[in-house]
Amino acid sequence: MSSHSATVTTSRISPARARGFGIFFIFLAVAMAVLFGMGSGPDSATFGLNGPDQFADLPTVEIPAAGTAYFLAVVAAFLGGMQLARGFGHRIYLVLGVVVFLFIFAFLVWATEDNSLNLYGMLQSTLLRAIPLTLGAISGVLCEKSGVVNIAIEGMMLFSAFMGVIIGSASGNLWIGLIGGALAGGVLSSVLAVLSIRYRVDQIIAGTVLNIFALGITSYLTARVLVEYQNLNNPGTFRQFSIPIVSKIPLIGPLLFRNNILIFLTFVLVGAVWFGLNKTRWGLRVRAVGEHPKAADTVGINVQRVRYRNVIMGGVVAGLAGAYLTLGSVGRFDENMTAGKGFIALAAMLFGRYNPVGAFGAALVFGFAESLQNKLAILNVGISSELLAMAPYLATLLVVAGVVGRTRVPAADGVPYVKE
Amino acid sequence: MLVPTLALVAALFVGALVIIFTDPETLRAWASFTANPGRALSLSWDAASEAYIALFRGSFGSRYALSETLVNTTPLLLAGLSVGLAFRAGLFNIGGEGQILAGFIGSVMVGFSFDSLPAIIHVPFALLTGAVFGAAWGFIPGFLKAKTGAHEVISTIMLNFIMLNVVLWVLKTEFFLRIGRNDPISKSVNESAELPKIAGEGLRVHLGIMVALAVAWLMWWILFRTTIGFRFRSVGANPKAAAYAGMSVAGTYIFAMMMAGALTGLAGATQMLGIKKFLSPGFSGFGFDAIALALLGKSHPGGIVLASILFGALRAGALTMQASTSTPIDIIVVIQALIIAFVAAPTLVRAIFRVKLRRSERETEGVLAKTWGS
Amino acid sequence: MKVELRGVTKRFPGVVANRDVNLTVSGGEVVALLGENGAGKSTLMNVLFGLYEATEGEIYIDDQKAEFSSPADAIAAGIGMVHQHFMLIPVFNVIENVMLGLEETKGMGRLDEDKASERLLSLSREHGLQVEPYAVIEDLPVGVQQRVEILKALYRNADCLILDEPTAVLTPDEIRDLIGVIQSLKDAGKAIIFISHKLKEVLEIADQIVVLRRGEVVGTTTPSETNEQELATMMVGRDVQLEVSKTPSEPGTAVLRVTDMHVRDDREVKVVNGVSFEVKAKEILAIAGVQGNGQTQLIEALTGLRKVESGNVTLGDEDVTGASPATLFKMDVAHIPEDRQADGMIGAFSIADNLVLNTYRERPFSKGILTDRSAIQRSATKLIEDFDIRTPSARSPASTLSGGNQQKMIVAREFTHAQRLLIASQPTRGLDVGSIQYIHARIVAQRDEGAGVLLVSSELDEIMALADRIAVMCAGEIVGVLDRADATREKVGRLMAGVRDEAPRPPSPPVAEGEGS
Repeated sequence: MSSHSATVTTSRISPARARGFGIFFIFLAVAMAVLFGMGSGPDSATFGLNGPDQFADLPTVEIPAAGTAYFLAVVAAFLGGMQLARGFGHRIYLVLGVVVFLFIFAFLVWATEDNSLNLYGMLQSTLLRAIPLTLGAISGVLCEKSGVVNIAIEGMMLFSAFMGVIIGSASGNLWIGLIGGALAGGVLSSVLAVLSIRYRVDQIIAGTVLNIFALGITSYLTARVLVEYQNLNNPGTFRQFSIPIVSKIPLIGPLLFRNNILIFLTFVLVGAVWFGLNKTRWGLRVRAVGEHPKAADTVGINVQRVRYRNVIMGGVVAGLAGAYLTLGSVGRFDENMTAGKGFIALAAMLFGRYNPVGAFGAALVFGFAESLQNKLAILNVGISSELLAMAPYLATLLVVAGVVGRTRVPAADGVPYVKE
Repeated sequence: MLVPTLALVAALFVGALVIIFTDPETLRAWASFTANPGRALSLSWDAASEAYIALFRGSFGSRYALSETLVNTTPLLLAGLSVGLAFRAGLFNIGGEGQILAGFIGSVMVGFSFDSLPAIIHVPFALLTGAVFGAAWGFIPGFLKAKTGAHEVISTIMLNFIMLNVVLWVLKTEFFLRIGRNDPISKSVNESAELPKIAGEGLRVHLGIMVALAVAWLMWWILFRTTIGFRFRSVGANPKAAAYAGMSVAGTYIFAMMMAGALTGLAGATQMLGIKKFLSPGFSGFGFDAIALALLGKSHPGGIVLASILFGALRAGALTMQASTSTPIDIIVVIQALIIAFVAAPTLVRAIFRVKLRRSERETEGVLAKTWGS
Repeated sequence: MKVELRGVTKRFPGVVANRDVNLTVSGGEVVALLGENGAGKSTLMNVLFGLYEATEGEIYIDDQKAEFSSPADAIAAGIGMVHQHFMLIPVFNVIENVMLGLEETKGMGRLDEDKASERLLSLSREHGLQVEPYAVIEDLPVGVQQRVEILKALYRNADCLILDEPTAVLTPDEIRDLIGVIQSLKDAGKAIIFISHKLKEVLEIADQIVVLRRGEVVGTTTPSETNEQELATMMVGRDVQLEVSKTPSEPGTAVLRVTDMHVRDDREVKVVNGVSFEVKAKEILAIAGVQGNGQTQLIEALTGLRKVESGNVTLGDEDVTGASPATLFKMDVAHIPEDRQADGMIGAFSIADNLVLNTYRERPFSKGILTDRSAIQRSATKLIEDFDIRTPSARSPASTLSGGNQQKMIVAREFTHAQRLLIASQPTRGLDVGSIQYIHARIVAQRDEGAGVLLVSSELDEIMALADRIAVMCAGEIVGVLDRADATREKVGRLMAGVRDEAPRPPSPPVAEGEGS
């Protein structure tokens, strides 16, 4: 079977595209050497690695800025050369992830030269920012794998952030608030489902409708209700809890195992949705419906039901993303508080190639770019925070333009299924 | 006209329900509905009708109201024409917000940079620069679509957020930043670049509305009377057949997105030179409304004119409504969303009103690409 | 197993697709359903398979009345269907496709591909249907994909198999294999309904032949009781004139010369591999071949719609390699595209607008950038008359025309401008006999007026009727060029399968001059 899958992948990634990857890696390597290697002085970058309450603290790490950049550039160039020489086949996207990581790390070292940075804080803020993006992206994956385009992630997040706050405050119970938020996402997405599946409204228009509606209704109700009844905007937040023992491992313990329930839930969802889509009967059917609904129909699969179910599930997950923003994070609702996060989630889905794990990776990269914006001011390097804020969008633009790899879209994505 | 009209009626009705059931007093009356049903109903009627009457007064009830309606109509009309034009060529331009900001930057830059130009040169120059900036920003998704197949919906969404940050960035440069200020606010356009008022000094309505109406006529003429329009519509309706017949589909996509970008850029420029006068961060909101009104107007310039007057009136009236009935302005956003939903789902409207639609009404608007195809 | 359709009528808005059809097939029997394109064969089978609901009539399985409201019901009743357009998911592997809807699982809904694969392989051994369970569908040749479709039905324990035009996409070799498979299935006691419009196959395979015309059964017979000519007459309802009256060609100088052309398809697989030929003025060069052997991409590359990877195209003395459709149009090249609805017309536009799709920028249809709507209208009225396009008005949307009239509209548009070269891809696919004859006559007339004609067709009958010379394409190569006088159906058929008559030539590519065998 292995020899077989090799032939398959060569037909998937054309020689031209494989070459493109190699050239891109070498381009990044050169950029690393020139920008971060030659751009660094003789000083070192100092990184703190410790979170709170660990078995033992790690020593502070001090590494030479220029040397590190050159070293990482050589590694990236080597990977690019390998790709050009013989190719990584279907593992190319893993390698891409590694090279991007190298680039980001080199950047960080360069930015921290002659300065010190608490890496733990940086990573934690990256993770926290990545959570809503990941959940939003998974929502998109669930919908689009079944063939329904969801550009209303933003609207669903906003609506459920709002409903989560109201329901959580009114009931005085965060859990009820969380369920309420998730269901609110499900309600909005069932509107998307009915419009696009039953009434065959263009799915982009339907999504746009929901985005506008969610913004309108939440702003309206904020002005009408929350301003007057402030106690409805005060649900509190989920407290974090520690998983015994593992949470005390230096660095990764506090980072991964001391969080609130929504973050753990996200970890579980990333794995579960990946497993479900790729390894189970449910996933096979979902993918079949998204690729070739008529073929699915002829083997007795109810196409519309699969789509309804997935879109509503997607809405519930987007609802969790929204609830995270309020109940899992700041503890109150503000007008238009998603501020484009739903669209970055959409970008993470595309960037992650419709794969929950890929989307999580992309969300981490985007989350890192976001948290770096705040740090840059402190580190005082000559990069404007606006440029960094653009990075996720620019990266997505490159991906959809096929500059770096090409995403295979579910073939029937966005096409209503009409049974004759 | 039937579907859009019914959609409007349905949207206003649902909007009324929202108003009714978020009004504390009315809600209490409904809570004791069995005790006093008349009171609940009359309070509901009052809540909704007062809001809508105020809305109407604020949009058409006086010279000032009319002026405000037209002030809001101007950028909406231009941006709506942009979305409509793109629809006709088979493209979905969600990039209005970014292109408007591009138009803002272009026009404000010319507006504050020259202080000795006569208005007759300065105004057109600033307007044109806004349009050119918008066209440039529209070129990117058109080019990406034509050359790489990147879906314009995704790329325009991304470009909107990129432009949002570009605005923040230019507002940090000395060239733009208002002297003596640290917060992100630009220099003001000079008086010679301001669009002249057309109904006296007390009223804000400016020449922009004339420009917008002229552009609407121009777009109709181009679409339905010229070879360029024939090509746009052919590519929009069936790009493959257009290619087989020797039309350049890629070229049409690029050109159509540039024209659409120019129109939205112009929308930004008229708003900047007529009303706003300086650049500040944030989306304008016109770009999103434009999608709704292009759908409502069925991508036809005439329909878009009517739809944008309606939306302009909603925007203008909402302020009066908020002031006199404490119904928040955001209700009009809800109403707009409902209008699109109903227009886009004619069968839904038909089901609600139980009417049979004429054949011509059944034809759906604008041909849209159905997949990302990234 | 016995499957019976009794009095089945299927109406679509405005059309009766099937009227009062009776059909019976029993285990161990092959019933051929013969009819022209559009005679209602596929509709009837979609009714039997539960995709459509019959307007009237009943289905009986082993004398029990059955109600199929979805394919799931039909599958449960033991009916399997191999659709003309395969119902396979290109990105899935064989096993995933076969078990979809009937998955083997092992705890937590996890798929058990190995278990499914065991069952698949035993079925595959039983009926001589060789497949590789973990191969991805889109990497497989069409013939193998068809095997997967058959296995998919067998995996569902189908006792009655419907094969919808199974030979349309196969090479003669693959057709041989298929016939062997059908024989084996028959021996295993399966009931088989074989849909076709090809007389020879039907005579060879069927135990019983049911002929369908305009949705009605017009005759039931057996191969021993009938012959080709009789079946053809039954099928079309009158004596068919298969030959087109035409004078022998008097070829002039070369109009189009293609040298060593290489083209890749959308998946970047090379599908045209060193093709060379030439078309002379006043002759019809037909490219014969089973659908999907690179003809589509060859024509797309010739007409500027697809990149030419390497090679050369000249028109007269000018190099037109990679020239755009617009340039070719200006050089008097006309093109009738293969997929008429998708590529040849804009359904939402009026007939008048469709008639000027390629000339809208020329006088008298426009002046400067202004279109002249009355000139467009006048010209349309005339063309509708001249080309006998049946429509109430030139303003009607093109989508309201029948298939034959749509093609006439395209022919009218393409034939009206003076021309050197006419490229016609599958010009009569799916049309009724009347329209076919009309279009054939027009093509010959075009040749007689001096144009070179490049005809691409997968219908051997059409090739034999029209061609002056025949180039046969197989697997992206021209495997032989024959003069019409030397060409027999057998010779062409062998070449279509890729069997060359002669010893391998020296490495130089086969050139058009090297005619015949």
